[in-house]
Amino acid sequence: MPADFPILSWITFIPLLGAALILILRVLMRGEDQAHLERNAKPVALITTLVTLALTVVLVAAFDRTETGFQFVEEAEWLSEFGLGYRLGVDGLSVLFILLTSFLMPICILASWNIQKRVADYMAAFLILQTLMIGVFCALDLVLFYIFFEGGLIPMFLIIGVWGGANRVYAAFKFFLYTLLGSVLMLVAMVAMFLQAGTTDITVLLQTEFARDLQMWLWLAFFASFAVKMPMWPVHTWLPDAHVEAPTAGSVILAGVLLKMGGYGFLRFSLPMFPEASQFFAPLVFVLSVIAIIYTSLVAFRQTDIKKLIAYSSVAHMGFVTMGLFAMNELGVQGAIFQMLSHGVISGALFLCVGVIYDRMHTREIAFYGGLVHRMPVYAAVFMLFALANVGLPGTSGFVGEIMTMAGAFLVDPRVAAGAALGVILSAVYMLTLYRNVVFGELTNPKLQDIADMNLREWIIFVPLVIATLVMGFFSTLVTDVTAASIGALIENYDAALAAAGR
Amino acid sequence: MPLIIVFGPLIGAILAGLFGRWLGERASMALTTGLVILSAVLSAFVFYDVAIAGNERVIELARWISIGSFEATWSIKLDTLSAVMLVVVTFVSALVHVYSWGYMSHDPHKARFFAYLSLFTFAMLSLVTANDFLQMFFGWEGVGLASYLLIGFWYKKKSANDAAIKAFVVNRVGDFGFALGVMAVFAVFGAITFDGAFAGVEGEADTVLTFFGVNFQAIELIAFLLFVGAMGKSAQFFLHTWLPDAMEGPTPVSALIHAATMVTAGVFLVCRCWPIFEAAPNASAFVTVIGATTALFAATVGLAQNDIKRVVAYSTCSQLGYMFFAAGLGAYGAAMFHLFTHAFFKALLFLGAGSVIHGLSNEQDMRKMGGVYKMLPFTWVLMLIGTLALTGVGIPGLKIGFAGFYSKDMIIESAWLAGMDGVGVGMLAFWAGLIAAGLTSFYSWRLIFMTFHGKYRGDKAVLDHAHESPMVMLVPLILLAVGAVFAGGLFYNVFVGYGAEDFWRESLAVHGHEYPPLWVLAAPVAISAAGFLAAIWAYLMNEGLGARLAARGGPLHAFLYNKWYFDEIYRFVFVRGAAALGDLFWKVGDRRIIDGFGPDGFAATALAGARRVARAQSGYVYHYAFVMLIGVLVFSLWVVAGAGGR
Repeated sequence: MPADFPILSWITFIPLLGAALILILRVLMRGEDQAHLERNAKPVALITTLVTLALTVVLVAAFDRTETGFQFVEEAEWLSEFGLGYRLGVDGLSVLFILLTSFLMPICILASWNIQKRVADYMAAFLILQTLMIGVFCALDLVLFYIFFEGGLIPMFLIIGVWGGANRVYAAFKFFLYTLLGSVLMLVAMVAMFLQAGTTDITVLLQTEFARDLQMWLWLAFFASFAVKMPMWPVHTWLPDAHVEAPTAGSVILAGVLLKMGGYGFLRFSLPMFPEASQFFAPLVFVLSVIAIIYTSLVAFRQTDIKKLIAYSSVAHMGFVTMGLFAMNELGVQGAIFQMLSHGVISGALFLCVGVIYDRMHTREIAFYGGLVHRMPVYAAVFMLFALANVGLPGTSGFVGEIMTMAGAFLVDPRVAAGAALGVILSAVYMLTLYRNVVFGELTNPKLQDIADMNLREWIIFVPLVIATLVMGFFSTLVTDVTAASIGALIENYDAALAAAGR
Repeated sequence: MPLIIVFGPLIGAILAGLFGRWLGERASMALTTGLVILSAVLSAFVFYDVAIAGNERVIELARWISIGSFEATWSIKLDTLSAVMLVVVTFVSALVHVYSWGYMSHDPHKARFFAYLSLFTFAMLSLVTANDFLQMFFGWEGVGLASYLLIGFWYKKKSANDAAIKAFVVNRVGDFGFALGVMAVFAVFGAITFDGAFAGVEGEADTVLTFFGVNFQAIELIAFLLFVGAMGKSAQFFLHTWLPDAMEGPTPVSALIHAATMVTAGVFLVCRCWPIFEAAPNASAFVTVIGATTALFAATVGLAQNDIKRVVAYSTCSQLGYMFFAAGLGAYGAAMFHLFTHAFFKALLFLGAGSVIHGLSNEQDMRKMGGVYKMLPFTWVLMLIGTLALTGVGIPGLKIGFAGFYSKDMIIESAWLAGMDGVGVGMLAFWAGLIAAGLTSFYSWRLIFMTFHGKYRGDKAVLDHAHESPMVMLVPLILLAVGAVFAGGLFYNVFVGYGAEDFWRESLAVHGHEYPPLWVLAAPVAISAAGFLAAIWAYLMNEGLGARLAARGGPLHAFLYNKWYFDEIYRFVFVRGAAALGDLFWKVGDRRIIDGFGPDGFAATALAGARRVARAQSGYVYHYAFVMLIGVLVFSLWVVAGAGGR
């Protein structure tokens, strides 16, 4: 790779090019048979995402893991008269999120292979979404970040609103209301930061010291946005509805990537830029995290809809992330990032598991199912693996994230770790109960008599996810070695800032 | 060689589990069984090499987690303690694999069954060979998983599924303690390898850890938390409820997992962490009290059970209690010794019970058995040997007896000595252990008499089909019986006698052993004899007395029969409690409060206003939302631009 090759721009915008290609095809083939168009749109989308994935792999391979600062930085003039700039770059905190996004996208496209309605638009929406998601993790400019961060809502909103289930309008609206509330506050905060520092360059802002009082306000404003995205208790109620209504691939992206943006936001903005405020508010985050873990686990236990159950379980698992982040020690932050990546894979896989049977039976009611193992042994094994990964069984990636965040929190306050550990018990309760009700038992429902096991396409979807979960579970250093240097620097600066402030 | 021991079963499990359909049933069974037998043979060599020749070592394989000093490595730690466990685990596992050829011969899912058994063996081996707390936790949860899969092996049965979930969840409650214990270890010692942590014990003796506003001595707290983990895995009082239900699984599973190996992991944990427990007298006293309580409690419940496997299960629970109170009193060698002998005779009793069940068309209720010793002569003899070993028959003065005689009496003696040394809970443990020994004898003989003697009380058709088990099932029983007879006498000196210090070296603390007076030595045998006579009187001389007593009811019988009502209380408090809380949070918390005041309330107000303004009711709310979002974007650009253009 030549040194001046703008790899980040390529990774970010290749999906957009793919989307444009699909939309052009759509215009060109207006008069023709729609089925013909659909046959073309799907491979275009798949190839686009695969090319992006390949480039991302190159990126991660070329990534210097000893470097603490930003790498592959690109700068270009863009609205510079307003003080803005087009700046991209990655460090250890962000590079793996790009990999996660690129990794999940081809899987999502494959999982959407049988979509019936407006296929070309659907594929284009997903590709646009990918550009915006990757942009979030690359952006080194406040405004650019904001555009990607909020812009991602639009395709997601459309995916739920157009290709969603029966109650999609309500869900999409709720999703929108919540995120809007956070966004507006974050925007105000960004304006304030700009007025203070005179630039929107994130690398400069990271060096800027904000006054303690201002930090408090800015922190709260960012928190409003990120907490909704995570989502943290009590602003989580949009998530179960959004998941239930979203098509399978939408759920995968929602749980797999969009939720991580909140955590990434904390890492990129709240913790390094507002250290004093972060320390001040850490107890609040701890309390909300523990409430989230226990509360939503108990709620998950009572759900009758498979997707809702997994959605609530996601909220609980993101509680581990916020807990680990605000422990602000190496274990906690490493654990939080690991937990986000791991949850991206596991929850994505679980939603795909739901998708497999939803595609066949068109219902997500737990009571409808039972005894699937008699007809779908392979599916039962795959579902079992991810259910156990969700429960945090050692040997799967779920365990590593949970134990690291808990151990990190224990160093700060053992009570927090104890509360979170309670959630680990509860996760076993709801996940195993779900599994028993869906997969085990006698096959009594006559409609399930002829249900088919996984087909080749579904095999291809699940194999990478299985490998990812196990490899991360057994050899976690593959991930933590990449993030270590940046996290070390983050914590060092944080501690130095607190020391300088005399706290 | 150690690599083959640990990973052989894993390879077997993977091949049989994933490719069982292509390999075929026989090949899967042969492969798994062969690899586990190979493990067992190699374990014997390793045992000699490590425990006798003293080649202790740690083999590091790969990094697992490495964040600063929070380092976990995939490794194989070989010292005397792990070598003993290696032998026990692989030997019993190999026999159970062989036995299952016969026992599971009618089952349609043999490949899956053998894959699970081998998976369990691998997890158990990775537990006992761990070099740090985290790998131990991996094995710890791994055996829990295998146990879950095997209890629920007959997944059509609802009761089996429920029992499997119960086992996993109750174990998780214990693991809650274990996990917090590991975190506390890291917080206090700054390391999670065993050696690293134990090296810090002396220096941290006065460290205080604040937990929920209370100041604890850090080491006491760590010991307590780790022991909570042990309580779950080893089915000790309060967390014992899963073990009897676990009998829903196939009988070979009960023998391997729920008698000989997995349930002893808690004892192993306490022994492995002896430097911590030695430095934590209060936590050790707690271990003793819980152990003694369990020994007595489970024995009383065992008196009133009618399911042959449940009797043996409660017996296991009770014997584990013995091991714990020994460990709590610092007699780690005695605890490990009883673990070792118990593996033989309890696996023997379970597999024997399985042989009875197999021979009597899957009948498990002892009320429907009786007088079948003529049809099952070998099983009868072998079960007798197991019972003699369990009840500890022997001659106190001469030190000659069955395996349980050496190990159980050793524990009771240790308790008495500890009590005389001024350890308050020692005497309590001594008396609890003594009484439990009497009860053990009574329920064990009751089992033998109800099953094999007296008149047959079951279905005639079953009796006509009654048959002795095939050789493939009897040979493992015979090998175990050999162990049940000789394991105690042969290994007495190295485990707890004069050779103990050279044998255990650094892996266990060996305290000098004195000799108690003769009455203490004779008491367990005497009280067991009393139990035996009482059982003869109640079940042979007055046959049907027990049944009549049970029929008449009475609160005591009901109390014992219902296992002290633990299940009912737990169901009411925890299961119903969790469900009620879940519903409350969901329906009131989420729906009524958060949504009611949040988005729905807002939406209702906003929509009502919008309708009045526009009268447009297209329903495409997202159109509006889309427009609003773009508005926000434009607004933001405008604000920033305005600010920048100053």
